[in-house]
Amino acid sequence: MATAAEMDALNLARAPLQPPRRRGLSAPLKRYFGTPLNALITLACLWLMVRLATAAWGWLVTRAVMEGGPEACKGGTGACWPFLAAKLRFMIFGFYPYDEHWRPALALALFLGAIIVSMMPRFWGRGLVWLWIAVPPICGVLMYGGVFGLPVVTTTNWGGLPLSFMLSFVGLALGFPLGVVLALARSSKLPAIQVIAIIFIEVVRGVPLVSILFMASVMLPLFMPDGLTVDKLLRAQVAIIIFAGAYIAETVRGGLQAVPKGQHEAAAALGLGYWLAMRKIILPQALKIVIPPLVNIFIGFFQDTTLVTIIGLLDFLDTVRASLRDPNWQGIAVIEGYVFAALVYAVFSYAMGAYSRFLERRLKTDHERSAPGG
Amino acid sequence: MTRMISKIATLGFLAAVAALAASPASAQATLDTVKKRGKVLCGVSPSSAGYSFADDKGVRKGFDSDVCRAISSAVFGAPDKVEFVPLNTNIRFQALQSGEIDVLSRQTTLTFSRDNSLGLDFGPVVFYDGQGLMVNAKLGVKSASELSQAAICLLPGTTTLQNLEDFFKPRGIKYESVVFEDNNEWRNAFFSGRCDVITSDRSDLASVRAVANDPKQFVILPETISKEPLAPVVRQNDSNWKDIVSWSVNALIAAEEYGITQANVDEKLQSKEPEIQRMLGVSGDLGKMLNLDNKWAYNIIKQNGNYGEFFERNLGESTRLGLTRGPNQLWTKGGLLYSPPFR
Repeated sequence: MATAAEMDALNLARAPLQPPRRRGLSAPLKRYFGTPLNALITLACLWLMVRLATAAWGWLVTRAVMEGGPEACKGGTGACWPFLAAKLRFMIFGFYPYDEHWRPALALALFLGAIIVSMMPRFWGRGLVWLWIAVPPICGVLMYGGVFGLPVVTTTNWGGLPLSFMLSFVGLALGFPLGVVLALARSSKLPAIQVIAIIFIEVVRGVPLVSILFMASVMLPLFMPDGLTVDKLLRAQVAIIIFAGAYIAETVRGGLQAVPKGQHEAAAALGLGYWLAMRKIILPQALKIVIPPLVNIFIGFFQDTTLVTIIGLLDFLDTVRASLRDPNWQGIAVIEGYVFAALVYAVFSYAMGAYSRFLERRLKTDHERSAPGG
Repeated sequence: MTRMISKIATLGFLAAVAALAASPASAQATLDTVKKRGKVLCGVSPSSAGYSFADDKGVRKGFDSDVCRAISSAVFGAPDKVEFVPLNTNIRFQALQSGEIDVLSRQTTLTFSRDNSLGLDFGPVVFYDGQGLMVNAKLGVKSASELSQAAICLLPGTTTLQNLEDFFKPRGIKYESVVFEDNNEWRNAFFSGRCDVITSDRSDLASVRAVANDPKQFVILPETISKEPLAPVVRQNDSNWKDIVSWSVNALIAAEEYGITQANVDEKLQSKEPEIQRMLGVSGDLGKMLNLDNKWAYNIIKQNGNYGEFFERNLGESTRLGLTRGPNQLWTKGGLLYSPPFR
């Protein structure tokens, strides 16, 4: 009954269990097979993993349809890869004109390249500031066109991954300074500033992102003078920035409160003014403390941007869904699109999480557990 | 003194009213705005099989999208001067009201209240639809009145549930509605037997059936429990623009009636029929009355085809949706499509 693939999977799963020519159980094996109960749990888990792996393998490979058209996939029980092949470019770039796809592709590459460069500690320095002053406008010009003979592609045609990245990245990049300012304002000693910050934060956090997006896309144009319309994408972007700002503000405020009072007093004793103390002493410590919750917010926002579909912007998840509605493929390929979307989101979210753990280790300067040279 | 204040208040109120009244007037010239912009902004469904969807190259296809292209042909003499603005049901009317789009071509049902309360005008009906019910043939149900205690799968629509209630309540039939957010889940729930009945517009049901592994397993019941005439929508108080949209649609229907197709429209320029001559701009100046080029209708047909061609390539039996013409047939062939005369 077991196919070759299943046997392979079994052997693979069992491989580490072969003791390396030694009598008795080695230490790691003891952990898994030390008691009858542990052995039972281990075997049950192994069995489950093998079952899952074989099922996935069967769907992904053995029973999958590798080539052909919609008809080849109809009634099949495996994955339908021709669907993904046919729709891949649409899923990634949406309604962006087909012949101009190199532009969002290049913009995406530039953007991801800039991110990777900024993640590497060896490049940390003034250069990065210039990089980030240059890259977003270049990406914008590439996408929009209108200069150097590039045809104009209006934002209604933007979609897919570039749109998802833009909304979440710009939202966070501009929401972050907004959040820091709001956090400082909320912990300010001046009542007026404090009250304004509290009202802003609580109002924005008190309503769901969906309703802010609705306000931006439905209500706002009705208040505008006749004939004047603000780009829908821009409105959604501003809504996301405001929303991100309010959430980041509260996280940063948590960090500010966690900085010991002694630090404030020490800064004051050195004669540092408010801004200098904040910039050099308090904020660096506060922000370091809040890296994990901030990354949490970042990952959440990267996924929350999919909500823009309700106001008719086609982000990556929605281009995947739109592909499923092509009458040629409708009802034939369903899971394939979602699996692809899940994979893309998982890769980027995992990368963010992994990088934040690296950053925490790197910036660790705690007095209790400081690594030498930390 | 109080009189003075009330006078000022009245004046202020009048000024506000005047300003409000003036704003539609300034919207009067949608055609000018469109021409200046060089593009028609056309609101469509983000993705809806057969009506507005992306092909493999990300080009918008579908019946509603083709109506937008026809309007572009009429105004600019080229079908590609359209910018498609994807809109969901919940924001489509506001987008039109606020001037974000010039015309809404998005499977929108013409109803009394929409026509009279939203500050919008509807063009001619482009598709006659109606809510239907589909069941598994194994149930042996022949009519909706035979149903009882049925679980009914539906999508969260503005009127779908209301229509069910309006139909079943007076007949004293009990049912259980099961609402799905997602098209695929909704369809699969029905296929897997989670619901006895699936309901949506009949055109939708036909496409659901086309997707099934064995379409013969399912029957669409004869009752149409609601009327859903789908029509393009424009802002109120702009007669010229409304006429352009309306007569663009009429031209599509009339062209089919007179046997003018994308392929033979050039030959038809030689036609001796006065009606065809007037429509194609060979004689008369109908185009000028719309403030358009006299070749407007010729351009629509030459560049896009006639109504029948729209239907066949997007929804018809050669597509996977496989819809029959049904009521969307010319009046001369027993359908409801009827264009007023071109004279």
